Amino acid sequence: MKQYKYFRGGVKAPHYKNTENVETTVMPIPDLIEIPMLHHIGAPCDPLVKPGDEILVGQKIGDSDKYISAPVHTGVSGKVKKINNVLFPNGETVKSVLIESDKKQELHPSIKPPVINSKKDFIAAIRESGLVGLGGAGFPTHVKLNPPEGIKIEYLLINGAECEPYITSDYRESIENSWNIISGINIIMEYLEIDKVIIGIEDNKPKAVEVLTGIAKTSDKIDIMPLKSKYPQGAEKMLIYSLTGKVVPAGKLPLDVGVIVLNVASVAFIASYIKTGMPLTKKRITIDGGAVKQPANIEVFVGTYIKEAISFAGGFKEVPKKILMGGPMMGVSQFNLDSPILKQNNAILAFNEKQSKMPEQTACIKCGRCVSVCPMNLMPVYFDIFNESGDADQLSKLDVLSCIECGSCSFVCPASRYLVQSIRNGKLLVRARGSK
Amino acid sequence: MEHKLYVNSSPHIKDVAKTSNIMFDVIIALIPATIISIYLYSYMAAIIIGVTVLSSVLFETLYNLLTKQKQTVGDFSAVVTGLLLALTLPPAASSIWLGVVGSLVAIIIVKMIFGGLGQNIFNPAIAARVFLTVAFSSQMTTWLSPGADAISTATPLALASNGIVTSNIDLFLGNIPGCIGETSALALLLGFGWLLIRKVIKLDITLTYLLTVVVFSFIIGADPLFHLLSGGLLLGAIFMATDYSTSPMTRNGKIIFGFGLGIITMSIRVYGNLPEGVSFAILFMNVLVPLIDRYTIPKSFGGVKKKNA
Repeated sequence: MKQYKYFRGGVKAPHYKNTENVETTVMPIPDLIEIPMLHHIGAPCDPLVKPGDEILVGQKIGDSDKYISAPVHTGVSGKVKKINNVLFPNGETVKSVLIESDKKQELHPSIKPPVINSKKDFIAAIRESGLVGLGGAGFPTHVKLNPPEGIKIEYLLINGAECEPYITSDYRESIENSWNIISGINIIMEYLEIDKVIIGIEDNKPKAVEVLTGIAKTSDKIDIMPLKSKYPQGAEKMLIYSLTGKVVPAGKLPLDVGVIVLNVASVAFIASYIKTGMPLTKKRITIDGGAVKQPANIEVFVGTYIKEAISFAGGFKEVPKKILMGGPMMGVSQFNLDSPILKQNNAILAFNEKQSKMPEQTACIKCGRCVSVCPMNLMPVYFDIFNESGDADQLSKLDVLSCIECGSCSFVCPASRYLVQSIRNGKLLVRARGSK
Repeated sequence: MEHKLYVNSSPHIKDVAKTSNIMFDVIIALIPATIISIYLYSYMAAIIIGVTVLSSVLFETLYNLLTKQKQTVGDFSAVVTGLLLALTLPPAASSIWLGVVGSLVAIIIVKMIFGGLGQNIFNPAIAARVFLTVAFSSQMTTWLSPGADAISTATPLALASNGIVTSNIDLFLGNIPGCIGETSALALLLGFGWLLIRKVIKLDITLTYLLTVVVFSFIIGADPLFHLLSGGLLLGAIFMATDYSTSPMTRNGKIIFGFGLGIITMSIRVYGNLPEGVSFAILFMNVLVPLIDRYTIPKSFGGVKKKNA
């Protein structure tokens, strides 16, 4: 099946997919893990355990009564050492549960396959599983699956584009866990009554396309669409456009145009959860970057410290100067190596000195490259100017809030302007001013 | 904490494009025209180019030193300005000091006072050339036919207004009187090819400009090829109209810009008193750029209404 549409703009990002042929290895249980109460977009959870509690594998340790939120579970058994605070890179402080593992890995009695008789049961089960969008954004999946009254879901789109450099965790998922992906798709199709499914994968991953095509033959409702390798092909709005030609209006969700987009790892998890009832406590991540000795794909428990994951993968060969959660285009740089790995992390990159230093900004030469690469058809050059002059009105008129922060503009800027930084700040200015 | 880490907003990788690389590509693109000008006018062209480029670089360096600003001369934009200005000067000895005066105007008045690279309203080389044309009109119109025994003559456009026709082959190769670097269409097109391959510029402005000139010529019954190849049209359309700071950023804006340039150039050539319209057309359209940019802001992907900055 051929790609339906080609989105405008975008950049040719380097691939650096050093780990694409590296099979996933499972990291042994660490002595200590720290599970934050916030992995998702939405309200943080409150801890359900207190210091001294003995906890078992799969036990729910945090939950919230807010709709846009997802519960948190432990993947290890052991003892709660303390309720801690972790500092997130955005400056927020979030509660976390520090767990000393006993390595016995005894299963919590609540872990059994969920009983599902209706769509409502299904969505409730997904909420209980703690699943959030595993592609990186971490939007609670049960919210995504629950369309408002009167909206018919036409398409289920599966995102295996993985357009960020370095990261290969979704690619490995597609190859190593392909049967779960297809069975997850079938489960969702059944409960949500969807008849059209398209799996989008960038055409630089022919093996994943081949493997999934082979399995998808079992159903005539599932199509695989190889996509042009262009960053940000995996961005939700771009993917929807590429696969269906639908445009998500500004400020709306994919649900509003009758589309649900799920990451390959998310659907595979749904299949395994329905089978076993084991909530989301593990994650496949890519470890790479110029400072690590051995680029690898590893499976870790959510809450494992970055430094332990890297040292399991082989440790450092150079002093790390920048630690990224996620890919180099949209990843978040960390303050230190003691941050725990989150549910939606798909990569940890450790850069050496040379990779870490971004060039100094020079004067904008008005070349318009940022304008021509913007997949959202925005004018980043003006965001930079109006952010500097603090002009929230102009920023809002130019639709700064529509920016998806993909980083294409900063990537191509010959003057190395920190455009995404200006845009993030500009969004704050607009929000602080209030909507008009 | 054992290591100090860099923390910054994403993205964390960069394309190789840098301002200095872009300027360097423009310089490379101008090499064929430079070589041909030296071939046609020998050492005189070489001296004019050398002096003009050097004085442009010197003026920018001095300006930054005197105003205690960060040295920007490393971005090569002053070299480009100097080179472009030199290529639009007549191949006469007087052009040596014209080049120095022109550089002073281009770099100090047109570029640096407005805030340097990216902030200037007018293309520095064009503005300086127009200044020289107005202030030193006789020196700026001392044309020589190419070759060792250079004799004073008129340019093809000036001849044309007296009914004398120049062969298109001579026009294409540059075997005609004119400014030192604007005569050879072949050399300029080679440079254009380089800029396109290196993705320094896109086709939009140049193509619309040239097409407008062709269509205009057809309508008035003139020879389109003659108008394309004569005067500073190709040099202007390829290297000056596409100057980043002084041309629109959006695609629609670029097309409007190119169309306006074509109309003004031909109007001046056909109906005006001046034989050459390119410089004035570019200068005039430069003024309109902020306005064009403002009214061509595209609808965002999934956005609803058109907005003006």
